[in-house]
Amino acid sequence: MTEIVHRLLVADDNKVNRLLLARSLELQGHAVAMAEDGVAALERLQREPFDLLLLDITMPGLDGFQVLERMKADPALRDVPVIVTSSVEGMDSVVRCIELGAEDYLAKPVNAVLLRARIGSSLEKKRLRDQQKALVRRFATSEVAQDLERSGFALGGRRIEATVMFSDIRGFTALVEAQPPEATIELLNSYYALMFEAITSHGGVVNQMVGDGLMALFGAPLPLGDAPHAAVCAARDMMQLLALFNADRTAAGLAPVGIGIGIASGSVVAGYTGTQQRATYTCVGEAVNRAARLEEHTKVAKRPILVDGAVHARVGERIPLEAMGTAQFKGVSPTVAVYAVPVA
Amino acid sequence: MTAGVISLDAYRELQEAAGADFVDELVDTFLAEAPGMLAELRTARADGDAVRFRRAAHSLKSNGLTFGATAFAARARALEMDGLSGDARRDDGALDALETAFAEAAAALRELRGD
Repeated sequence: MTEIVHRLLVADDNKVNRLLLARSLELQGHAVAMAEDGVAALERLQREPFDLLLLDITMPGLDGFQVLERMKADPALRDVPVIVTSSVEGMDSVVRCIELGAEDYLAKPVNAVLLRARIGSSLEKKRLRDQQKALVRRFATSEVAQDLERSGFALGGRRIEATVMFSDIRGFTALVEAQPPEATIELLNSYYALMFEAITSHGGVVNQMVGDGLMALFGAPLPLGDAPHAAVCAARDMMQLLALFNADRTAAGLAPVGIGIGIASGSVVAGYTGTQQRATYTCVGEAVNRAARLEEHTKVAKRPILVDGAVHARVGERIPLEAMGTAQFKGVSPTVAVYAVPVA
Repeated sequence: MTAGVISLDAYRELQEAAGADFVDELVDTFLAEAPGMLAELRTARADGDAVRFRRAAHSLKSNGLTFGATAFAARARALEMDGLSGDARRDDGALDALETAFAEAAAALRELRGD
């Protein structure tokens, strides 16, 4: 079996410490480079890729804390794992290093067995993070994936303001039963291609596709300047593209397809959950429920695009919306003000 | 060799972890670097630069611990913890004592290396 050789950087102003640590790491099968202070370490990191940095705290020029701060501020370096090695005494410095993003802390003189264990664990975590990044690239647009890498990738949720869209094909079950399966797949593929086009061109991200339904997010995972407006514009584009799609279908002697779109805005908890095989960007919160219920409500309201009060508040002055009164939805506690978006 | 100047347990452990030949070279490096750091303590004291003073003491402590030079490391640690006292006589006394401890540790390390 060929072992992967990892490239490690040792930053320590003390020559004895630097040589000894480099030696220990080389004996453990790693390729090691050395930097004699914080400035040299950052320069080296910016110049060539490293799998891990072993960082001393007490150094002239830039000390270990400052190196950690600069690495955290640099999207290209923020994911390089750092193990702080120091003989600075007291918990304060350990806590500060961890808060500044260090993966681990080793007291000097460094014990070889502990060193091996901590490095192994840090490199494994980095491998998983790299794998997750590769997965993101698979389910997000390349721009979003790149931005995610720049702004940092982390599993776990955070609370953000976002606009959520649900869209569904009306009478899809009847449609499926009336035609051969191949025709349904072809229909869905063409339909999704058009809807994706409309959504992504307005900065949205399709994060779920189930059968004939899709869920899209505006303002998550990345902030979007005017998310409610972008979502409404995307919805109107979707209707226009659908009209073209239906013109083709009618010309081919096929039944036109109708859709319903629900849009709601508000605070949601969004984040990545995943395993090695699969990662999903999930989003939960009242706005998600409202958007899903508004989409269902399009059947009752006989309007293809429905939005909530929060969306109305943000776009109502630019796009005149039709007030549809309020509705009480299952699983959504207060009544929801419903507005219909005119289809251009 | 002065008994107890170098902790043989720590020294052997270092040899086992890094290899005896490498430790010989590392001792050379330490013997070459330490006088500069000791001088740095004096300069930093003369300049009243507490940060540099602590840093040099910290470095010497760290290296002392690496080679098992226990007494030397303890003196360096005391200087790192106390920093500059502002009392010239006390500081000079502490620096003299550290230099003496270094001389003893250096002699013991040379002996261990088989000079």
